[in-house]
Parts: sequence; C-alpha cells; structure tokens
Amino acid sequence: MQIPIVRNILEANDRISEELKELFAKKKILALNLMSSPGAGKTSTLEKTLTALKDEFKMAVIEGDLQTDNDAQRVAATGAQAVQINTEGGCHLSSAMVAEALKSLDLEKLDILFIENVGNLVCPAEFDVGEDHKITLLSVTEGDDKPEKYPLMFNISSVLILNKTDLLPYVDFDLDRAAGFARALNKDIEVFPLSCRTGEGLEQWYAWLRKHVAAKKA
Amino acid sequence: MHEMSIAQNLLEIISQEMAKNGMTTLHTVKIKYGRMASVVPEALETAFMAVTIKTDLEGAVLELEEIPVTLECSDCGHEFTPDEDEILLHPCPQCGQDFGHTVKTGRELYIEYIEAE
Repeated sequence: MQIPIVRNILEANDRISEELKELFAKKKILALNLMSSPGAGKTSTLEKTLTALKDEFKMAVIEGDLQTDNDAQRVAATGAQAVQINTEGGCHLSSAMVAEALKSLDLEKLDILFIENVGNLVCPAEFDVGEDHKITLLSVTEGDDKPEKYPLMFNISSVLILNKTDLLPYVDFDLDRAAGFARALNKDIEVFPLSCRTGEGLEQWYAWLRKHVAAKKA
Repeated sequence: MHEMSIAQNLLEIISQEMAKNGMTTLHTVKIKYGRMASVVPEALETAFMAVTIKTDLEGAVLELEEIPVTLECSDCGHEFTPDEDEILLHPCPQCGQDFGHTVKTGRELYIEYIEAE
C-alpha cells in the first residue's frame, strides 16, 4: 500500500533551528554561522575580532571540529566564552548540537554568538543552526573560482570574507573575479577582503558587526 | 557527505509513519531532492542501507528523483532552468541579465511516499 507522506527530511533540524532563532530573538543575541573550507582562517578571524571588540561587546563562541578542542582554547585565550563541539567525523554542525552546546554558555547580556562550523564548503550549507546570518570565508590561497564550484554556500551567505590578502602578491587569485562570482550568485552579499595577519581590512568587518548588533537590539 | 544524517532523519520519519499506519514491512521509499541540495544518490542509498541493516526495514528500495533548478531572473522575473553545468551563473534567456537570480526550486529534500504493508 502506498502512503503519501510529503515531509521534509531535515524537518527535525529545521524545527530546532526555529526554536534557537526564537531564543536568540528574545535575548537579542546576534547569532552568526561561520563557514569555510578547512584552513581559510575562521578561528584567526575570530581571535582578531574577539580581541578588538572585547570592550564593546559580550561575545561567545561555539567551536565545531571533528576532533580536539584546540580552537576553543585559542578563542578562550582572548577572554571570550568558548565551548567546543566534537562531531567525531560528522561534516557539519546540526541545530541539536548547537542547542546542547548553549547549555554551557551564559547567554545573559550576550551580544554576539559566533558558531564556527566544521571546515567544509558543502554540507554546513544544508543545516541551519538558528543563525541570523551565514558568513562564508574564503582565503586567497584557495582559488578564485570557489564560488562557482560551490554555489550554494555563497548564494545563502550575507557576508563573504576574503582572507589572507597579504598573500595576494604570491598567488594567482583575482579578488574582483571571486567577488564577481559571489555577487552573481547573490546580489546582496557583502564582500570584505581582509588579512588577519596584518589587520588590513578588518575594520569594515567590525563595522558590519556593529551595525547588525545595533539592528538586533533595536 | 551528510548523507548519513539524511538517512537517520529518513529512518525516523519512516518509522513514525509506519507505526501510525500499523505497518511492518517496507518496500519502497520515494524521495525527491533538489539539484542544489548536495545529495549524492549513491551515497544516500548506501547510508540508508547502513541504518536499516538487520532491522525490519532492511531491503527496502530508495527511489530518488532529482528536481531541477529553476531560477527567477533578478531583472525581468522570467523563470528558467539553467544548463546542467552552470547551475546558478546563467544569463536569463529572455533579457540576458546574468546577475543575482533567485533560486525558486532545486533545494528541496523530502519524502513523497512510502510503499509498505
């Protein structure tokens, strides 16, 4: 016998994600889902950000990795609250993992929650984790055609950070080409070329954060 | 490779629906997935086999149907299906705009029906 069902297979993840969204709305916390391939500089960008804005905002980080708490230790060294999730081989964070990790964080008066996803340009795009915005990072050592190869991630992100611009003289990466692909996929995406190493360009990213924290509180 | 998560969620939904309808034997599961849903059909079949092995649901067949990508032109609103290998970066066949189209279909992932008794 045939039974019609028509149910979204990832409905469980979406349901918890909606609950998290409501929680973040109620507590006026700006939640950001950071995604990139491994090594693009998610943790370095966070270290810089957490240090530079520590007197302005109360921030916390959920770190997703397959193994180790190395990244949580790195961000905790800036003084921010940090909790590590080990996915034990899983290629993305799910909303249930984030909900569980939140139990270890003090959400009172928190301004920004950074959720650093597992390094991967494919799967994290399919799993919402209650975030207000998805932020994709790409480093100039990776190739400027990544947006063309992995379109979904760029299509659904609010911000594209192009990291490691200090290495531009040594690689064949065309900033305009990468930004052009990203904008063709998503006309509203904001593109911030920057270097965590030299600090160049970070100010525009901080300005974006300030603007969106203010919007969340309004 | 998030097919394992998909398979686990699939199993959960199927078990609920079968229990609700008093069914015990599963024959077929019909799934529709969008071309942009990052699903590899063979990987999903293998993952589903792995989560059902030595259970009452072992041996059920997954039927997978791809839903093409449909874009709505950011300029003239014309809806079109891009070529296979240029999923999102495709000029509008009506007005030529090649920028910032909206994805109308192609991100779906759902069970359409099961055949069971």
